[in-house]
Parts: sequence; structure tokens; C-alpha cells
Amino acid sequence: MSERDPAAGDVEGPPEEDPRIAGEKHPVARMIAIGIAASLVGIAISLLIDWFPRDAAGSAGQIDTVYDVLLICSVPVFVLVMTIAIYSVVRFRALPGDMRDGPPIHGNTRLEVIWVTIPFIMVTALAIYAWIVLDDIEAKQPDELVVRVTGQQFTWTFAYPREQVNSNELVLPKDRPVDFRIRTNDVIHSFWVPEFRLKSDAVPGLTTRIRLTPDRLGRYQVVCAELCGIGHSVMRQRVRVVPEAEFEDWLASQRSEQAGGGDQSAAGDSGETGEEGGGGQATARGRQLFTSAGCAGCHTLADAGSTGTIGPDLGQLSRTDAAYVRQSIVDPSAVAVEGFSGDVMPSDFADELSPDEIDALVEYLLESQ
Amino acid sequence: MTLTRRLLAPGWYRAALGTALGFALGMGLVVGGRALYGWDPLLDWNAIVTVGALISAPLGYLVGIGCFDYWFYWASGRPTRPEDHSGHGARSWRDYFRVNTDHKVIGIQYIVTTFFFFTAGGLMAMLMRAELATPGTQFVDPNTFNGLFSVHASLMIFLFIIPVFAGIANYVLPLMIGAPDMAFPRLNALSYWMLPIGGVMMLASYFAEGGAFATGWTAYAPLSTETPLGQQFFTMGVQFAGASSIATALNFLVTIITMRAPGMTFWRMPLLVWANFTTSLLVVIATPFIAGSQFFILLDRSLGTHFFDPSANGDVLMYQHVFWFYSHPAVYIMMLPGFGIISEVISTHARKPIFGYRMMAFSLVAILILGFSVWAHHMFVSGMQTWLRVPMMITTMLIAVPTGIKIFSWLATLWRGVIHLRTPLLFALGFITMFTLGGISGIMLAVVPFDIHVSDTYFIVAHIHYVLFGGSVFTIFAGLYHWFPKMTGRMYDETLGRLHFWLSFIFFNLTFGPMHFVGIDGMPRRVADYAEQFATWNAIISVSAFIFGLSFLVFVYNMIASWRHGPLAEGNPWRAHSIEWLVSSPPPVFNFDEIPTVVGGPYEYGVPGAVHAVFREKAPAHTAAPAPAGGGGAPPPAQ
Repeated sequence: MSERDPAAGDVEGPPEEDPRIAGEKHPVARMIAIGIAASLVGIAISLLIDWFPRDAAGSAGQIDTVYDVLLICSVPVFVLVMTIAIYSVVRFRALPGDMRDGPPIHGNTRLEVIWVTIPFIMVTALAIYAWIVLDDIEAKQPDELVVRVTGQQFTWTFAYPREQVNSNELVLPKDRPVDFRIRTNDVIHSFWVPEFRLKSDAVPGLTTRIRLTPDRLGRYQVVCAELCGIGHSVMRQRVRVVPEAEFEDWLASQRSEQAGGGDQSAAGDSGETGEEGGGGQATARGRQLFTSAGCAGCHTLADAGSTGTIGPDLGQLSRTDAAYVRQSIVDPSAVAVEGFSGDVMPSDFADELSPDEIDALVEYLLESQ
Repeated sequence: MTLTRRLLAPGWYRAALGTALGFALGMGLVVGGRALYGWDPLLDWNAIVTVGALISAPLGYLVGIGCFDYWFYWASGRPTRPEDHSGHGARSWRDYFRVNTDHKVIGIQYIVTTFFFFTAGGLMAMLMRAELATPGTQFVDPNTFNGLFSVHASLMIFLFIIPVFAGIANYVLPLMIGAPDMAFPRLNALSYWMLPIGGVMMLASYFAEGGAFATGWTAYAPLSTETPLGQQFFTMGVQFAGASSIATALNFLVTIITMRAPGMTFWRMPLLVWANFTTSLLVVIATPFIAGSQFFILLDRSLGTHFFDPSANGDVLMYQHVFWFYSHPAVYIMMLPGFGIISEVISTHARKPIFGYRMMAFSLVAILILGFSVWAHHMFVSGMQTWLRVPMMITTMLIAVPTGIKIFSWLATLWRGVIHLRTPLLFALGFITMFTLGGISGIMLAVVPFDIHVSDTYFIVAHIHYVLFGGSVFTIFAGLYHWFPKMTGRMYDETLGRLHFWLSFIFFNLTFGPMHFVGIDGMPRRVADYAEQFATWNAIISVSAFIFGLSFLVFVYNMIASWRHGPLAEGNPWRAHSIEWLVSSPPPVFNFDEIPTVVGGPYEYGVPGAVHAVFREKAPAHTAAPAPAGGGGAPPPAQ
């Protein structure tokens, strides 16, 4: 561990008093005092800053605490480096014309052992702490609500398999643990709700998982965090955390809506009464399809409340005959609107949707003009 | 010269001809193949562009410009031509525009070329910040935006930071170890001439149908196997830049191992040489992996293989593992040479021996080894095996130990030095500040629970720029100012240098500092549009970014003006000890009239009478060496 170049010979005598710091009794002690004071101020400021979005899940608080611990460890390291650098530059700066060299100090084994050991202990302790937290936030919980999340360019859909409900809005009961099973229909996406602090990629061919327990009522957003193409920055979906009772109501209304929507002949199904905005049964079904099939991810349509700008505004179709609208859905590149490329839109809706569903969409779009 | 002779002699005319013939050959292969299979249409432009423009035309260009002449001549079994050194050294500015085997010429070629691509990538960053200044869509549509950040990152990484370090080391390293040139000068020239091909391809992707490649510099499958033709320009561009990088690294390794001057033991090598030794090992071991990953993409796209197609049992995550097995070590490929530069700059301008020389060298080796065991920390949320996360977290955090050794040793070198606060040292101090911040945010990102929240957010954008701009690019500036007198024979303007430093230091921090805030607060990266809540910070970031961009003009002006009209530099303006300063500025064509003998360590400042190297028979060359042929009075070779 000797740092001394053998060729340099034994030049390292006891360091002589440096005249530039001779006036100060304990330059290092003074620097340490300044460093500690600056670190405390720095830690206080960094902890006072409101870094995170609101926390809305049980694990969020733990992750925020991890960050606080990281700040408390990091600030003194940075302050230490800065104090020494600034002190050296101020105190040891050469005067004009100063041709001297500094003292030939080649190293100091004790110091080097210290600055290997302390960082080693620090990072090891942090790693153990992080591992414990990680295990904790990913632990299986009793009575989990299973939600299947599916990403596709450029929207999210959610399925509650045990409850037999599909939705394009993520609704979660407060304080009930959730087990998300995340998949994708096309490229990689990443399922992230900043208020929950957790994210996981949706990977073709795999099902990935996140566990969390929402614990704050409110409206949040699912954000796609992995570049997935042209509509990546608008791939957002609403999340609502609601009381358990409201969640059950919502499930019930979704179930009846789906039952109603799935069976054209069951006109006048009472489940539709909750729909706001009126319109006939077909309109409601079309509106639901508009979001569940992913149209809302890219297209603006006032009636469906979507504001996508990847594709043309569907509230102002350039032609309003059914054949044109149908062709736009099943073969978009054939009828691309000026200023938009038809290659961006998936061309497999003829396979993805049933003829019935396409009829409903066409009718809905024509009605929404 | 007649046109025929011009077309036969190595040079730009033959290069144009070679490019055209190469393209025609590729086109012929595609059309011929399709005709044999009876496929319609015969002219499949995607395939023609891939085979003709991206593979065979560049090879034709390399043959045309003259990279292979000597080898072809030798391989054809004709009697060996005596080497007349006509392709060696620069006698006029034209010599910088042809195949040249002088490591100093190649170094300058590298540096000027890479700064061209740095400017191009920087302009793309300005356009992105203009788009992001306010929410909504202002200047570019989302597809163009995705192309901008993809090409920006690819140029900065593959065409600027990695090769500019190769350029600086090309110039300085043979001089530092007392060698007359690199071990393989012709391979060195080939390495350089392959590089612009990669950059031109990446820029040219904007003209491809469907726009530039828009999948980020990471090109994750299966997005990258489905996007339009522009993606192939990235895929092949990386191959040329990577091949250039590997060839240079081999050259450095052989040069360092076999061409050190007598007396230059490994423990007497300047730390810049150590740094390039470890970097070159990283390049040689890791770069083939990214070449592989991009070939897989190319095959999936062009030949319909199923490496990354899950419906045919392809494995999407395999791409990320192979990609990061290169691209994490690439971070050290972009950092270790900078560490070397900082060691030279701090020791020289603070007039003190480097503190803990051997530990400084060992820590480079430790980073080299640890660097191969951390790649999956880029994949904590990717859906890979969950158990892999904790081991990768631990190895990642352990890298803080050797990195800490370096930071603390530099500080200890400054301590009680005689500090000359010139521009190179200012950039070195700025580097220490920001690299410490980048290192700290790196430790934070290694902590899995925190990383799960901030990965793929602007926190990552902040971290990467603190490490690669505040880190690497500041070391590049430090190195260029430090060796500017050696390379050009003239002094740069110190006032402009300081102005450049302070403008970039302040506005760098105002640009990238706030990105930590918006990232933690929930703004994802790689988005053309964002929520209202981030509008204020983004406006501040954009304004700072524009001033930060303008500060680069100060640097460009200083370099060009000083190169043309700066005061003449002495051989050793910094009173440094390492060998490159013992010869004239710029050095003679063959570096040394006589090979020096190394008699001590490179940093023996303050040791009475200590020298690093001597010339046996004569006085030190800076008084004896004749003026170089392409001397200080020569006009700058480019711009």
C-alpha cells in the first residue's frame, strides 16, 4: 500500500510548518467545525424541501424515509469535499510570480485506510437498510385485490379478474392491498403512479408485479415511464382511490354496464341509468369502446373527454359517411388525414374488435360530430 | 493531375467513386437476390438502403479514401514498398483531410471531428429545450421530438465523449510514454476514418422515411424492431463507431505495453496512461456486446429472425442485458480517461505530487473490474429476475469506494499545494464538484426502493448529465486547455477561458440541478409534453440551457482565435514533468530526435532536483529540438 515511488527516494520527512497556515492554530479543526456547521444547515434545508408528490400508498412513506436517510448521509460528503476544495483554493493559491512547488507529500497510508473504510461501511449499511425496506414493501399481503394491468400503444386498461370487471379507469379501494399483474399487448411500457412511488415495466412475454396498499383517497394518474413510441408522453390514465363501499358500488355499476353492453338485445337495462350525458345504449357502448380500445389515447373527442393529439381530432371528421369512418378504423393508412401519418395507428383493429364493436364505434363517432 | 489519376490515387475523388460503387454493389445484391426469388417489387428501398447505403457504401468509401492501400499492396504479394513517410505528419492544412498515420494529426482529426458532432448534438438539445420551455406542442411534433433526444444522446455518447478521449489520448499518450508513434499507425488511421461514418449515418437518419430513429440511444426492443427505417441508421452507425473504438483500444493497449521508453515501468507511468490502459481494456471486452445487441436488432428487422419476438419465443429482456453489459462499462469508458486528465491537471497546476499514486492506479483497476458486475442496476424495474437486484445494488454502491479514493486523493493533492488557478484547474475543480454530486445521485439510484420511484424520470436525466457533462465533458475542457499549447504551439486566452468556465459552471447547474426536483416530483423523461405542474421549473431549465449553450461559443472563439493568433507557446509553459512537455510545442513530426530515458516518477513536484525523464546525450529537447515541420506558424487545419 506504499504510495511512494521507489525511484523518488526517501524525501518524505516530517511535514514542515507551512507558513501559509502557520497563523492558524488548528486549520484542520477549524475546517471540521465549518464543515459540520455547513452540513447541519445543508441537511436541514434538504429535509425541509418538499421533494415528493403526495404519498398515497403504504410503501410511499418508507421510500420517502429512505430518501431522507440518503440525504442525511450525502450532504456531509458533499460539504466535506467542497470545504476542502474551497479552503485549499483560498488558502494555498499561488501569488503572481510564485515559482515554488508544494511540499512533496506522496501519500499517507492512515488517511487512505480511513477513506476506504468509512465509505465502505456507509454504503454497506445503506445497502442492508435498503434491502430490508425492499423486502418490506414487496411482502405479500392478506386479502389482496388482484388487478391485471395491460399496456398498449398508447393507453392502459385494467381488469379485475375475480370481480369480473374490465375498465379503462383504475379504481382502487382505500386500505386494501393490491396485487398488480402487469402485461403489454405490444412494446415495453412502464406502469407508474408517482403518488404510489412504485413502478414496473410491462414487458412483452412476461407478467410483472407490484404490490401496494393505497391509503389516501384522491385522484391520481398512471404515467407511462418507458419510451413506447410517438404517443408516449400522452399515455396517461386516471386512478381513483375511493372508500371500500364506493368501490363495491363502482364494481356493481361496471358489471351491469358490461352485461348491458355485451348483449345488444337487452335494451333498457337498468344498469345504464347511472350513465351521465344521456344518449342511447349504442352511444354508451361506443363511448366505452372508444376508451377501452385505446382510441382515447391518441384522439381528441369532447364527448369521451379525451384530449390526445397524436391522431386527428375525431370531433371534426373530414367526411361523415359511415364507410369512410369504418375504413379509417380498420385500414387507417388508406385514408390518412393531412398532417398525420396513417402508419402510426395500429392497423389490426379489424382483428382486435368484433364487427359489432366496430359498428358501435362508427355509430358513436358519427353521433359525436 | 488528370481525373483518371485522381480517381486512382487515394483521396476524396476515389472515396466518392468508392462510395458510389459500394452503393451500386449493395443495390445489385438486393435486386439480384429478389430477382432470383422472384419477389415483387424488385426495388425494395428499405433493403437497398440497408445493404447499399449502410454497409457496402461506407466500406467503398474507406477503400477509396485510402485506409487499406498499404495492406492491399502487401497482401497482393508485390514487393514491399519502402515506407517514405509521405502519409505521416502535417505540412499544410490539407494533410488533416487525408489518411495520415501521424498520431498527432489523428489526434487533432479526432478532436475537431468530435466537436463538430458535439455542436450538432448540442443544437438538438437546444431545440428540445425550446420545445419543452412550455407545456404543449410548440416547434416539433412528438415523433420529431423522440428523434431529437435519440440522436442527441447517440451523437454525444458515440461520436463525442468516447472518441474525443481517444483523440486527446492519441495526441498525448505516445508522447507521454516516450514513443515515436502508436504501435499500429495505419490501424490508427483506419480507426479515425471509420468514426465519421457512424456520425453521418446518425445525422442522415433524419432524411430516412419515417424520420430519425426515435427509440432513444438505448433502442429497446421490441420498439426498435418495429419503428421505421431510421432505426437501421442507428444500428449500423453504432457498428462503425464501435469498430473504431475497439481498434483504437487495441492500439492503445499494444502501445502502452510494448512502446514505453526505457525506464518507464508501470509504476512510473503518468495516471493518464493508466487511465487509458484500463479504459482500453473496458472497450475491448465490452464493446463487442453492443455490436452484438445491434446486430440482433438488425437481423430481427431485416431478415425476420426472432431474437426479441416473444410470440416466437424471443426474449425481450435479453436485449437489455446484452445492451447494458456494454453500456454500463461504457459509462466508465467515458469517465476513466477523464480521471486521468484530472490527475495530470491537478498535480501540475497545484505543483504537488499526486497523492497516493499507487492507490490512484489500483482504484482505476478496481473500477474496471467492478464495472462489469453492475449492469443490471439499469434494469431494477425492467421485470428481470427480482433476486438480481440486491447483488447489483451492492456492487454498484461499492464502486463508491474506489471513486471516493480518487476524489479524496485529488483533494489531498490540492492541500498545501501552490495552486495556479488557470482554466484547466478551474475545470478540474468544477469537475470535482459536479462529479461528486453525480456520484451521490448515483448512490441514491443504486438504492433499489428509491430507484423504483425515480427510474425513467428527469432525475435520471439530471444524474446522467452531472456524470457525463459535469463529469466527462468538464475533464475534456480541462484537458484541451491544458494541452492546447502543446497541440497548437500557441497559448489560449486565459480571460476567455475563465469566462467560459464560469458561464458553463453556473448555467450547467441551473440547467440540470432543477431536473432532480421535477424528476422526483413525477415528471418522466423522454416526453414531448408534460403536466402544468412542471411548467415553472421547465421554463427556468430552458432559459438556463440556452445561456449554457451560448457559453460554448466562448470556447469555440477562444480555440479558433488563439490557434490562429495566440502568443507562441514555449515547450513547457506549465513547468510540468511528464515527457510530452520535454519536446517543443507542437512536437517534431517523429516526436523525439532521441528516445528519452525515464529516471523517476512523473509527479515529483517539490522534490529537489527530481526529473521524470532525460535525454541521454543532449540537453532536454525543448531547447535543442528543431522547429517542427508543421510548426506553430501553420494555419489551423480546420474550421
